[in-house]
Amino acid sequence: MDTGSKPDFEDRPWLDPDQQPFIRIQGITKSFGPFVAVDNVDLDIYKGELFALLGGSGCGKTTLLRMMAGFETPTSGKISIDGMDMTDVPPYERPVNMMFQSYALFPHMTVEKNVAYGLKRDGLPKAEIADRVSDMLSMVELSAFSKRKPHQLSGGQRQRVALARSLVKNPKLLLLDEPLAALDKRLREQTQYELMSLQEKLGVTFVVVTHDQEEAMTLSTRIAVMDQGYFVQIGTPTEIYEYPETCFVADFIGSANMFEGRVRETDGKVCLIDVPGFEQPFQVEHPANIPVGAKVWVAIRPEKLLLSPTPITETGLNILKGIVDDIGYYGNSSTYRIRLQDDRIIQVTHPNQRRPRDARHVADWEDMVYLGWEPASGVLLTK
Amino acid sequence: MWRRLGEQLQSGWKVIVVLIPFIWLLLFFLAPFFMVLKISLAESVIASPPFKPLLQWVSDSAVSINIVFDNFLFIWEDSLYLDTYLNSIKISLISTILCLIIGYPIAYAIVRATPTAKNVFLLMVILPFWTSFLLRVYAWMGLLADQGTINNLLIWLGIIDEPIRMLYTEFAVYVGIVYTYLPFMILPLYANMEKLDINLLEAAADLGAKPMMTFLTVTLPLTVPGIIAGSLLVFIPATGEYVIPDLLGGGNVLMIGRVLYSEFNANTDWPVASAVAIVLLFLLVLPMMLYQHIQSRESES
Repeated sequence: MDTGSKPDFEDRPWLDPDQQPFIRIQGITKSFGPFVAVDNVDLDIYKGELFALLGGSGCGKTTLLRMMAGFETPTSGKISIDGMDMTDVPPYERPVNMMFQSYALFPHMTVEKNVAYGLKRDGLPKAEIADRVSDMLSMVELSAFSKRKPHQLSGGQRQRVALARSLVKNPKLLLLDEPLAALDKRLREQTQYELMSLQEKLGVTFVVVTHDQEEAMTLSTRIAVMDQGYFVQIGTPTEIYEYPETCFVADFIGSANMFEGRVRETDGKVCLIDVPGFEQPFQVEHPANIPVGAKVWVAIRPEKLLLSPTPITETGLNILKGIVDDIGYYGNSSTYRIRLQDDRIIQVTHPNQRRPRDARHVADWEDMVYLGWEPASGVLLTK
Repeated sequence: MWRRLGEQLQSGWKVIVVLIPFIWLLLFFLAPFFMVLKISLAESVIASPPFKPLLQWVSDSAVSINIVFDNFLFIWEDSLYLDTYLNSIKISLISTILCLIIGYPIAYAIVRATPTAKNVFLLMVILPFWTSFLLRVYAWMGLLADQGTINNLLIWLGIIDEPIRMLYTEFAVYVGIVYTYLPFMILPLYANMEKLDINLLEAAADLGAKPMMTFLTVTLPLTVPGIIAGSLLVFIPATGEYVIPDLLGGGNVLMIGRVLYSEFNANTDWPVASAVAIVLLFLLVLPMMLYQHIQSRESES
């Protein structure tokens, strides 16, 4: 076999045909009476991945996580971890640990005892427990707080105790339920990087459940977008963001301006799309041949639109014209809401690259503006 | 000036609000306590009331104070009283433990029940309070008597030939006390267990604790405040119980409440009866203070 291709798959093990998945979810379904929370899903997660289950409330991501932890039994299907069937194994016998959204620290125990709890259940000698606990505490920088009780700690400190407690047993798999939800913005960013570096250092496989797409994009190696109990799309953050496969994903991750239309012409490289309300057809790069007349959607991300107060001279772009309806100022960027000729509003994001004294935007309210976008920047969606 | 008065009245309102229950407690708890204390230190006489007054005018300008400690000495010397105190504490203690053994699983089951079932169960626990306590004790007499319901049923089923002696024994007193005070154990336990976070039990299991281990290391320690509250709520009143040992125990079960009653009524020895009451109160002061301390700590957290 060509060993030269191995390094290519080092951080993308799912592409390597020789790699065995570390976690194998096959045909898993979970129903609560008539309600199907998880609908016959299959998923392979590879060792060392930081995998995110992303979706809104009620999509089934937490149920799936709990089944991996052992708190719920699947109605049907199989879960294997490191080659061993874990479907019916109770949580206290799995090499899996979980970090709860509420941290679930034992209030009647000190930080030390909390972290030592799992090791004590394994019956390890006292000296070893003490060593491993103090190592873990220094890794999360909480050594000075070892004798404190949870109610004497701040939110961020409690989170680190929860993290230490869940990692001290060196689990094969760590499950995290909305790990950053309870933190303020600054702490969230800090913790994101801490989580990623800890994961790299320890080589533990992480599965994270979150509803925050920013969190999913920054943290993970791959994301599974879930809706109503099934996986809508699985891919790397870039794949999900730049190459969504459905309108749902395009809309769920970041924002997207959606145009519905019909295929006029296609040559295998560029599609011409008729969009009602616009005389000029949209040119979208798309490799596949889609039948003429088929209903499609064109999704354009706000940052991919070129905004200009004067007519755009660059060739090869799709051009739109509109009036500035509203401007949202975010400090580092501004989001312009533009009213197009068919009265719809689209969003354009522009970094604030200049630092003018009177803070003029690229265009002002009620200004006429021109928008341009490359055929490669639009995503053509058929569902 | 009017504003100052207004401000003072505003802060004065706080004082008035606290003053009302304070005066109530003063009138109906502290004052009677001092009255009983006064009688316990008085000499017993055949008169009405049957004790010598505390202050007596000896002449126009002199008053003598009559305080005797005879009553307390009498209680201390007569073994009957000591035995009765100890027996009361014994029965009360055992009843408390029985209430705990029976009540703990019941409280736990109620907490884990579905919301509708929960309300039904709680109603079932509280419902007996809506009927007369005395009637319920009489009902037990009917159930436990030699010719009572239980014996009749067992004989009819052929399980026994002769009726089992239950009424007018210590057993009947235990049944009565546990039955009556069980809600006092269940409700504080329930209140405490409701606050127990299920995630904690899941976290324990996730970290390798089997169900029994989770119970011993997480559930039990966290329900200790509920256990103590419930236990004190049973132990303190049960020690001084009168009706249950009287009706269900007959003359056979010595509890201090009965002894107090017979001293007061049969012997018309108000001073001794008062002394018995005062001693009982001081016996229970420690557990009562403990209860107060725990409750204030719970409400702080």
